[in-house]
Amino acid sequence: MTIGTTPYHSSLRTGRDGLVQLLHAEWTKFRTVRGWVVGTVAAALVMVLVGLLIASGMHSSCAGLVGDVCAPSPPLGPDGEAVSDQFYFAHQPLEGDGSITVRITSLTGLVTYPADQPHAIVSRLEPWAKAGVIIKASTQQGSAYAAVMVTGSHGVRMQYNYVHDTAGGLGGVSAASPRWLRLTRSGDWLTGYESADGTHWAEVGTAHLVGLPATVQVGLFVASPGDVQVTPGIAGGRRFHLTRATAGFDNVSLQGEGTGGTWTPDSVGGAGGPASAQGRFEESDGRFTLSGVGDIAPYIATGKTAGDALIGTFAALIVVIVVGTMFITAEYRRGMIRTTLAASPRRGRVLAAKAVVIGSVTFVAGLAAAAVTVPLVEWVLRANGFDIFSVPPLTELRVVAGTAALLAVAAVLALAVGTVLRSSAAAVTTVIVAIVLPYILATASPLPEGLSQWLLRLTPAAAFAIQQTLPQYPQVNAAYIALYGYYPLAPWAGLGVLCAYTALALGLAAFVLRRRDA
Amino acid sequence: MRQALHAEWTKLRTAPGTGWLLLACVALTVALSITAATAVTCPSTGCDLDPARVSLTGIDLGQAVVVILAVLAMSGEYSSGMIGLTLAAMPRRITVLAAKAAVLTGAVLAAGSIAVLASVLAGQVILPGHGLPLSLADGSVLRAAAGSVLYLALIALMSLGVATAVRDAAAAIGVVLSLLYLFPIFAQVVTDPDWQQRLQQIGPMTAGLAIQATTGLNSLPISPWAGLGVLAAWAATALMVGGLLLWWRDA
Repeated sequence: MTIGTTPYHSSLRTGRDGLVQLLHAEWTKFRTVRGWVVGTVAAALVMVLVGLLIASGMHSSCAGLVGDVCAPSPPLGPDGEAVSDQFYFAHQPLEGDGSITVRITSLTGLVTYPADQPHAIVSRLEPWAKAGVIIKASTQQGSAYAAVMVTGSHGVRMQYNYVHDTAGGLGGVSAASPRWLRLTRSGDWLTGYESADGTHWAEVGTAHLVGLPATVQVGLFVASPGDVQVTPGIAGGRRFHLTRATAGFDNVSLQGEGTGGTWTPDSVGGAGGPASAQGRFEESDGRFTLSGVGDIAPYIATGKTAGDALIGTFAALIVVIVVGTMFITAEYRRGMIRTTLAASPRRGRVLAAKAVVIGSVTFVAGLAAAAVTVPLVEWVLRANGFDIFSVPPLTELRVVAGTAALLAVAAVLALAVGTVLRSSAAAVTTVIVAIVLPYILATASPLPEGLSQWLLRLTPAAAFAIQQTLPQYPQVNAAYIALYGYYPLAPWAGLGVLCAYTALALGLAAFVLRRRDA
Repeated sequence: MRQALHAEWTKLRTAPGTGWLLLACVALTVALSITAATAVTCPSTGCDLDPARVSLTGIDLGQAVVVILAVLAMSGEYSSGMIGLTLAAMPRRITVLAAKAAVLTGAVLAAGSIAVLASVLAGQVILPGHGLPLSLADGSVLRAAAGSVLYLALIALMSLGVATAVRDAAAAIGVVLSLLYLFPIFAQVVTDPDWQQRLQQIGPMTAGLAIQATTGLNSLPISPWAGLGVLAAWAATALMVGGLLLWWRDA
């Protein structure tokens, strides 16, 4: 016997588990659990308060330190940026167009008390020691210039206006293989050439120096930047070692109005300073020997940055990870997950809705916190005597929005890991350890620099690169390490690494959520 | 007390995660220690690296697993509602906490000894080839090794205290890892040397790990045993607050 049955049809309209409904449901869950709301607000507050607390405890009486003494404010370059401009310069005036040609026959150097021989002055050439020819607007520090030079171990370079650097031929200089260099001026255009024999010339690069005055200074120069050694670990730090370079020039020929007089030797940026900062100039039979210290390069900032102001991000991050994990593990603990999944059987969508809600809420809280923290903490730091490394508004915006994104993505990662592991203890620890511990190991452990750099490329801690504002110049040897605000990856690439881990974890979470009994 | 110890030991032994967590603690500690020992090099003219500290780098990671184990020992009871039963069976709540602490300490001391011994022995094999001689027979290295085991036990006790006070596992771990990891990070950005030293002296991780130092003892922010004492003070405070709340609060 068969019984005719009418299939049951709910009187509710279909489509109650659309994404909009799910988002609404998840938002309702979030906002009605007091601990989560309090946690998110606390994350924002802790970012501001930690920044303020640390900034208010620091005082500085000078812009930066060289060794243990205050360094004077750096000179400003043609575009208003801080620059290093110290070198030994033997010059003559040049009116209008002209050129200078020289042969460099030697380049040697000294390092005082290097790390491997701390009690000796060692004969060693700094890789970025420079000797060559330069045309400069004036002998004032920070004035426009273009120069073509031989370096310690980076071959021939054409550099102009501090930040620009073009590579020429490789190889150093010696009596057996001297180098010929030439620099010509034609209006605002300066062109550098190199040659091995003085007859066959190759162009190294050109520079367009807008507004170069009619009369400029042309001549020979030598500079040798300080040697920077970084020791890893809590007790580590930066050490500067004074260096000096000496170069031999001959076959000097000048063309152009105003040239042909006597050479004027000048310690640009070193006049009146200590004897160790002075240069030396000797001339005999058309052979010149110059020796000098310093560098003509972008200034490596020692001031505070927006990233320093956002140090509270680490504290906020831990709170955000706890909330993000609980957003899913609390459902498992209370058995709520069964109701949730019964109401919306498409489990992937539930996860997506949760990710969107926790991500957006964290982003908004993080954005508000970072937007308040950066100006407020920078104001306190300035009041306490610190220089703030100033950046364009767009960069500042990238740091603020990027920090909010970093927190939001971390919260989503916590949600995904929480879904996979279901245990909040394991999930919270995994995510905090994955993001924070590599940073600690890279900055405060005895691990060598190379491994630290890889940690900040391959682990989720790469995301802190989003807070870097200091530019990194390959032509300046400095301590480019995370401790001083330099990351091995570009800002968005670093955040991309965290996003990739999060995408992977979300994929895994969606997979196990579908396959597993709730 | 004997019954309480037996009960807690049975719980810890039969909880599904305990074995895996102890294993993970040993494996992660040794793995990171070996990585660090393999990665460092010291030129023949000498360097500032402390071989004992290098060979025990893994403690930075292994302690996180100890935190999970210790927090779960208490929070697990709250999340499953077991705590009601436990306290009904053993109304002397402080005894329960003491028994938990004793059992946990035993387990962590055992796992920690294996992890530390394996790390130092690995360092003893690897590091001399990198210009950093290390020998467990050396008194200060022995102190660093034994101290690191005690460090892990104290981290477990501090975590247990925090978990007893906070009850929720995620929140407890957030609190403990903040205390451990934030001090070294903040100490770096502070440029004022006095402040920096103070932060390193009060941070449970920065102070506690001073026990691993065998070279440059004069430039340490805090002396080795005093540093471990700071961590012990953190653990005692956490346990005291946790114990008071346990005694005073409804379960």
